[in-house]
Amino acid sequence: MWKNTLSIKTIVAIGIGAAVFVILSRFVAIPTGIPNTNIQTSYAFLALMAVVFGPIAGGMIGLIGHTLTDVIAWGSVWWSWVFVSLFVGFFIGLVANRINIESGIFGKNKIITFNIVQAIVQIAGWFIIAPILDILIYAEPANKVFTQGAVAGIFNFITVGVIGTLLLTGYAKTRGKSDSLVKE
Amino acid sequence: MAVEMLSYIERKSPVHALSGATKLIAFLIWSSAAMLSYDTRVLLALFVISIVIFKISQVKIREVGFVLAFILAFLLLNNVAIYIFSPQEGVKIYGTSHILFEIVGRYNVTLEQLFYQFNVTLKYFVVIPAALLFIVTTHPSEFAASLNKIGVNYKIAYSVSLAFRYIPDIQREFRTIAQSQQARGIDLSRNEKVWNRVKNVSTIVFPLILSSLERIDVVSNAMELRGFGKNKKRSWYSEKTFKRQDYITIIIAVLLLALSLIITFQDGSRFYNPFI
Repeated sequence: MWKNTLSIKTIVAIGIGAAVFVILSRFVAIPTGIPNTNIQTSYAFLALMAVVFGPIAGGMIGLIGHTLTDVIAWGSVWWSWVFVSLFVGFFIGLVANRINIESGIFGKNKIITFNIVQAIVQIAGWFIIAPILDILIYAEPANKVFTQGAVAGIFNFITVGVIGTLLLTGYAKTRGKSDSLVKE
Repeated sequence: MAVEMLSYIERKSPVHALSGATKLIAFLIWSSAAMLSYDTRVLLALFVISIVIFKISQVKIREVGFVLAFILAFLLLNNVAIYIFSPQEGVKIYGTSHILFEIVGRYNVTLEQLFYQFNVTLKYFVVIPAALLFIVTTHPSEFAASLNKIGVNYKIAYSVSLAFRYIPDIQREFRTIAQSQQARGIDLSRNEKVWNRVKNVSTIVFPLILSSLERIDVVSNAMELRGFGKNKKRSWYSEKTFKRQDYITIIIAVLLLALSLIITFQDGSRFYNPFI
């Protein structure tokens, strides 16, 4: 599986994507007013990369990007939440073929597909997986981690829904449309 | 907007001299021990050992101080949150309730809760020195080599090293774009309302992402031209070979993990209970 999917382009996309993810998480997080909760533009970017470069790139950018962010900023890694970034990147990437952003067409149907998928993936990731891992690893109180997960999940869902959709629309415009030639 | 980041600190010390792969393995073993155990005795012992190793490495606390400040703030917030959401968690875990004083309703202060939160904090304190040490004593390009050495596909290892390579570049680019947008009168400070800030920030995010996508094209074309990925294996310029001290370090780390697991689970529970 690795041999066929790991093209040079994917490898570079993972590397540079992870670097952009780090910079976005560090510098472009907008405080919402609720303490410790930010609008993380990095997840909108992660969704874009997953759709453009596929599930492996998406998952690895989530994994490496989030790990490096934690390491550089905090000196330690919260593996439970890093795992969710991997999960979100990978599963949003699975719709890459259906959306086929390189065709330059990102219409209403594709926007709906993208948002349904990202909603399901993020709800599963932030509402369920992250809190359960927190409980298993750190034995933190259940209601605390589920609340944290839910708040993060809602904000990330909105961020990816709004900024992610805008990014994808913008990206699609830079591609040549596959149906732009008309027979005369 | 000068934000400090953690990076490699050059020093001559036994910890720096170890191969990156050794440090990576030891760090992974160390964090699994800290993750699995909730035994206060084990955690305290591990914490003391990590402080000793930190001393040996000759890295000054001052040099990583800004990160420590972040972590302490986080731990404080985290402890407050744990208490607000679940003031009886300790009682639930340890099965007894020694009330020190009441506050209101279910919020009282018990010895069990204090002990439980002490353990949660201690767990972080065990990992933090090890993680900090790993980061400041391992050169990024050697890190990629060591990932490959412990069995990670070299292409993935290479993308990690690419990420390290491009973080400063992209940070510089981010600054350039941010400054040129600010020169055009776009307000990125907290004076703006949240929704306007989102809109203003997107004027930076878009160019940054598009230029990064272009960078991906350029770099991958260059690598393709040089035949990257043709062979099954690859050699690394900054790889260190394993020496005697590397084997000794790994053996000690494995023994420590085994020992801490035995002590933790000998009574059938993750938690050390001083209340019975």
